[in-house]
Amino acid sequence: MRGEAGHMATGMLAPVGRWRPGTEVSLALLVLALAAVFGISVPTFLSAANFVDLVESYSVTGILALGVFVVLLAGGIDISFAAIASVAQYVAATLAVTSGWPPLAVIGAGLATGVALSLVNAFLIERMAIPSIIATIATMTAYFSTLMAWTGGRAIYTLPDWWTRRIVFWRHETDGGDIVRIGLPIVLLLVIFAATHLLIGYTRAGRQLRAVGGNAEAARRIGVRIGRVQMIAYGYLGLCAALAGLLQSYRVGQAVPNAMVGSELNVVAAAVLGGASLTGGRGSAAGVMLGILLLAMLQNGLTLLSVPSFHFQTVIGAVLLLALVVISRNERRVLRGTGR
Amino acid sequence: MSDPVEQDALDRRVLDLANVSKSFGGVRALKGVDFTVRAGEIHCLAGENGSGKSTLIKLVSGVHAPDPGGRILMNGTAYERLTPPQARREGIQVIFQDLALFPNLSVAENIAFDHVLDGYASPVPLRRMRRTARAILDRLGFGIDLDAEVGRLSIAQRQIVAICRGLAADARLLFMDEPTASLTGREVDALLGLVERLRRDGLSIVFVSHRLDEVLGIADRVTVLRDGACVGVYPTQGMSGRRLAELMTGLTIEPGIVARAVPDDPVLRVAGLTRRGEYEDIAFMLRKGEVFGIVGPLGAGRTELALTLFGMNRPHAGTIEIAGRLVRFSDNRAAIAAGIAYLPEDRLTQGLNLPQPVGDNIVLSILDRLKRAFGFIPPKARRGIPAAWVERLKIKVPSLDHPVQTLSGGNQQRVVLAKWLATAPRVLILDSPTVGVDIGNKKGIYELIREIARDGVAVILITDEASEAFSTCDRVARMDGGRMIEQVVPGEISEEEFAGRVYAR
Repeated sequence: MRGEAGHMATGMLAPVGRWRPGTEVSLALLVLALAAVFGISVPTFLSAANFVDLVESYSVTGILALGVFVVLLAGGIDISFAAIASVAQYVAATLAVTSGWPPLAVIGAGLATGVALSLVNAFLIERMAIPSIIATIATMTAYFSTLMAWTGGRAIYTLPDWWTRRIVFWRHETDGGDIVRIGLPIVLLLVIFAATHLLIGYTRAGRQLRAVGGNAEAARRIGVRIGRVQMIAYGYLGLCAALAGLLQSYRVGQAVPNAMVGSELNVVAAAVLGGASLTGGRGSAAGVMLGILLLAMLQNGLTLLSVPSFHFQTVIGAVLLLALVVISRNERRVLRGTGR
Repeated sequence: MSDPVEQDALDRRVLDLANVSKSFGGVRALKGVDFTVRAGEIHCLAGENGSGKSTLIKLVSGVHAPDPGGRILMNGTAYERLTPPQARREGIQVIFQDLALFPNLSVAENIAFDHVLDGYASPVPLRRMRRTARAILDRLGFGIDLDAEVGRLSIAQRQIVAICRGLAADARLLFMDEPTASLTGREVDALLGLVERLRRDGLSIVFVSHRLDEVLGIADRVTVLRDGACVGVYPTQGMSGRRLAELMTGLTIEPGIVARAVPDDPVLRVAGLTRRGEYEDIAFMLRKGEVFGIVGPLGAGRTELALTLFGMNRPHAGTIEIAGRLVRFSDNRAAIAAGIAYLPEDRLTQGLNLPQPVGDNIVLSILDRLKRAFGFIPPKARRGIPAAWVERLKIKVPSLDHPVQTLSGGNQQRVVLAKWLATAPRVLILDSPTVGVDIGNKKGIYELIREIARDGVAVILITDEASEAFSTCDRVARMDGGRMIEQVVPGEISEEEFAGRVYAR
């Protein structure tokens, strides 16, 4: 079978453990097929400018999905991340506008807020033994309603310049005169993708995460400190959520308390679409990225085809159903193969 | 044993527990138990469910702390209590019945999981993990793919992975909790051979098993626990399975053949029944009021045959006749309608709705019969019928409204039986009804089976224990490799002779 050399050779797209042509390959094929269909129907779809656009529009969702994926991998789930992202965003905006803190301090405080709120989740789940879905539904409500009460629902429109100034890493003018810009959102998405991939694929913490997701009782017996592993998973999600919150306000140029709430299920769906199992232990960062790409392409392609916006969710729901059917059939086959 | 030098070596104690107790909220699970394991011995820990075996293992592996007053001596070091890391450092490894593996990780990652336990941010030493895993698999002579996902392995292979993980952690004392429970005969042999080899390498092994014949065949000594107390420590030499069962239960187990001739009134007749890859050319006949045993190792095709009789999977060839009429079941509803009831092996997951009340569980199989206009079920019927069955089968339950999961294993079994008997079946198929049931409760189940048969129900009892079949059945068939090899009448040949054929692999 494949040795480490084979594993390394597959590079960044290799899922954790050993490479298996599973969900990632099916997804990649699906993405290509979709690109072909849209490309034929709408010529502009395949332009570099449009591609960069569609990825950028899903960068916030993508960062959230990668964070949620790590929690799913450890066998948990989180619903509160959008509320956490909103709180972190608003705290940072207030510190920047009202208190006039310098940029690094503001960003640090925002990220710390996200991590802290997420660690409260970890505490409730591990120490208080509350099922993760219940705990995070409760904290979602608590965080978000506190934020709304505190702000009275008022947005902060006057973010400082350093916050909203466009940061462009690479700029290119195509022959057609289109300008392609790789800006902060895409770069941040790629950084979080790489970090997630390294965390779960190449660190001991990542192996322990997967072990807890695969068989928590076995992990406990062998000496894994489940509490700490949960803290790593939820802490990472908190960090991603806060980053997504800051990035979202960077993109829209304001901090709106309820801008991100409501996107939770799409984010979880993207992670699941990428092969993350809701029962834990399975999936890869590459799969999640492909899941995000698929959703982004669907939305973008349907827009270009002038499909009315309320049909988006219908199509996305149908695609999700289809993907889940395929995934669960695969899993059933595995289970049957190892029957008693 | 006779060589004095060797005797001295054997006397070296790896583990020495003296007067160890453990209470859980006022209930004393262990009462002043002494337990010793010598270097290089295979020691059996025998006892019924609830006798304290698991508690003992948990004390030794550091999961629980013992009550004050006892002493744990491990490789010569005395401990008040052990923590899990201390237990591991002393070379204690437990292979739990559920194996405690990670189905989503590879074989190498499972075996060498220790390598990723410390230092969260450090890289995974993949190369070193593979080397460790390979070395142990090679040493034991197993060719399992290091990169295979453990969830895709067979149960027997997973068992090997679990053992390898214990060895990778440098085990000197290996506890194996019911390691043979879900293995086929051949796999059990392979496992016992492996245990023997590990012992020759100097390991001490403590074996926990329900299957007394295995225990006696492989162990040097056996410690018997009953109700949390140590009954005694015995050499296995000269110990019989019956004597051991008596020590475990404190009851006198009377052997006895109950086989009797029943009037020739065939209920079920099977001929040439074949389902490719599962069983082949099965032919037998079953009379009213008869108990018919089917004995064979796991994987012999017995459960598959039962599923066909119950309409769950169709045969490729052959006929099934019920009360003289040819039947062909499209599904299990048809089989139930024709008077066949089936009690699956895994009563907990397949036979009962555990959180639901006893009464509702019992009427579940006859809802169709109870329902009146608009599908409404009269409350009286919903209570009257279960009450009658609870009384008849002597189910110990405070009320019909108690959830089934609050009952003991033996009583749960009775609830399942009641559920199926309520359908007034002609043929009742019991698949391994006593797996995981204590010896004391087993006796009750055997009596119940006889009683049901006396009422005119034809019973098929599927089991892998020849002794169980011989003490319950009127006729016994032996299956192996998908074929029905022979049919015998208990008493016409001796149990020993028959058992010899069953276990000769």
